[in-house]
Amino acid sequence: MRLMERLGAWLDARLRISGPIRETLEHRVPRKSASWAYVFGSAALAVFVHQAVTGVLLALVYVPSAGEAWGVLQMLNQHVSAGWFIRAMHGWGSNFMVAIVLIHMVQVFLFGAYKFPRELTWMAGVFLLLMTLGMAFTGQVLRFDQDAYWGLGIGASISSRVPVIGPALVNLLLGGPIIAGATLARFFALHVFIIPGLLIGLVGLHLFLVLKVGINEWPMPGRIVRRSTYIEEYEKATEQDGVPFVPGAIWKDIIFSAAVGLSIGVCALVFGPFGPSGQPDPTIIQTAPHPDYFFLWLYALLSFLPPAAETPILLIGPAVVIFFLLLLPFIAGEGEKSWRRRPVAVLVLLLVAVGLGTLTRLGEHTPWSPVMDAWSALPIPPKDLQGRTALERQGSLVFQAKQCHNCHALDGQGGQRGPALDDVAIRLTQDQLIRQVIQGGGNMPAYGKNLSPAETTALVAFLLTLHPADQPPARDAARASVLGARP
Amino acid sequence: MTLSERFSRRGLLVWLGLLLNGAIALVLLVPIFRYLLSPMLRERRAGYVSWISLGAAARFPAGQTRLATYRNPVARPADGDTADIPCWVRHVDGDRFQVFAINCAHLGCPVRWFPQSGLFLCPCHGGAYYADGSRASGPPERGLFEYRYKVERGELFIEAGDLPTPGGQKLASRATGGSRCA
Repeated sequence: MRLMERLGAWLDARLRISGPIRETLEHRVPRKSASWAYVFGSAALAVFVHQAVTGVLLALVYVPSAGEAWGVLQMLNQHVSAGWFIRAMHGWGSNFMVAIVLIHMVQVFLFGAYKFPRELTWMAGVFLLLMTLGMAFTGQVLRFDQDAYWGLGIGASISSRVPVIGPALVNLLLGGPIIAGATLARFFALHVFIIPGLLIGLVGLHLFLVLKVGINEWPMPGRIVRRSTYIEEYEKATEQDGVPFVPGAIWKDIIFSAAVGLSIGVCALVFGPFGPSGQPDPTIIQTAPHPDYFFLWLYALLSFLPPAAETPILLIGPAVVIFFLLLLPFIAGEGEKSWRRRPVAVLVLLLVAVGLGTLTRLGEHTPWSPVMDAWSALPIPPKDLQGRTALERQGSLVFQAKQCHNCHALDGQGGQRGPALDDVAIRLTQDQLIRQVIQGGGNMPAYGKNLSPAETTALVAFLLTLHPADQPPARDAARASVLGARP
Repeated sequence: MTLSERFSRRGLLVWLGLLLNGAIALVLLVPIFRYLLSPMLRERRAGYVSWISLGAAARFPAGQTRLATYRNPVARPADGDTADIPCWVRHVDGDRFQVFAINCAHLGCPVRWFPQSGLFLCPCHGGAYYADGSRASGPPERGLFEYRYKVERGELFIEAGDLPTPGGQKLASRATGGSRCA
């Protein structure tokens, strides 16, 4: 022990660092800020370190070559000792990272911590969020499988819509004319050097600011932030009713970080690594590309935007959101911090949360995508076939053979791109059905060129049988009065 | 620096030194930027887009649409399978073909041909196209991207080499309109 003390003293005589360290550790924080609500920032830092360590471990084996990456991932999963576990830790770590960063941001927003004098801390945080999402996307690309390949295609298609420089931007992004080896090489550089470098710098700035400006005090309704008096009030309050960061506050950070680390480990152990899915061979087109969950909301949004609005919203939307986030501490730099007195802030947050949550959920189920194999893999429900005429059954065959089932569900099975047809006969008359099938419209292609008159007749005969037993099919009243009877 | 130091001989030398460093940095930035922007400076590289054979035209029966693949003209060993690009070849009749890019005009996902219903369907957001590549429904704003083609001595060639994207309409633009009424 004596030896350790002497070694410490020897080092400190040269480094002169024990003073600043002690000062940092023992700096006073407001008593109520030593709270479980304040543990998410430190947890994000802990996961960042975890990602850096597991990332370096993966980089020992990974080969950033479009021809070999997928094979190396398979090898990591199957042939390298604990390779699957390191991959799983890194993958689950990224999920936890995004989640914790978002929770941290929500907490900071609700507690008004972005207000004076912590504007720069908040702005650094906004860039940290963007970097985190950048790491998530580039990391998904390094898991070089089918989803990564076509995900790059989606990224390229979006970038290409930038006015004037779009096509050049695509070439810059891909490192060449197509998604290939050069693309993976530059995403490797982004994921491993460029973004982590920026992240380390920004994390340093963020932490430095937290120490210099002080951690946000617990917001009390009625305690108003004013630029002229805040710093004095904060310093006085911290002096009078503060606790030293170590050990007053840090024990909660440490315990929560340990819990997060344990959760990542358990998830990695139980659920295993992510993918890789099919190999990144573009000639294998039997694939339905799907982004990782943090981008599902975007994937869903892209299917709902009207075609004409898509490009402007895609290009201007993110810029507006980032601009607004950066501007927030200057728009609302003073005033109430407590969420109890900020109904607009709470409502905006709820709106964003519900919006993103709904889009993510839709992104999981992709009701807008045709079920590409429904026509050949799904049955027609028996109830729609029993007691039907030969013509009607012939129509059900047309329904399958012409891929109608890919977009229209029967009895809950099949695509949801178009409306379910279980009761189509009570919505549309015979004439309307014929018109809809032949001319399409309302997001349905026209089948006029691909159906013979006999096929159309059979198909419509089948569709006319699709109504609940206790509800009669729709009929054309005018036609009935002219012809005297229902057709 | 105080005012007198700034205008002293040493102060001048500091400024000269900074100026010199700036000048050298500027000179060095030229090759760095050229290196970084090299994927964009395309006219310097011949062969980015070139005529590629899809094999004998007879491989594609008239009236049918079939998947063909080609090796991208600019391919490096590290590209692996990613340099093998698929495309849809529609043999209309005689020497008339249509060669469609695999990429949906919405966001580039691979469209699949369904001969029974005569439609191309996209698995991502449900874009649909008719047999001639024109837009049928869904989010795409235009028809499928079409390659320029030629038939020489019974062999089908297409002009390819670029990832087709909605913003860069370098491929033939004939699929954009008009053909829908045909």
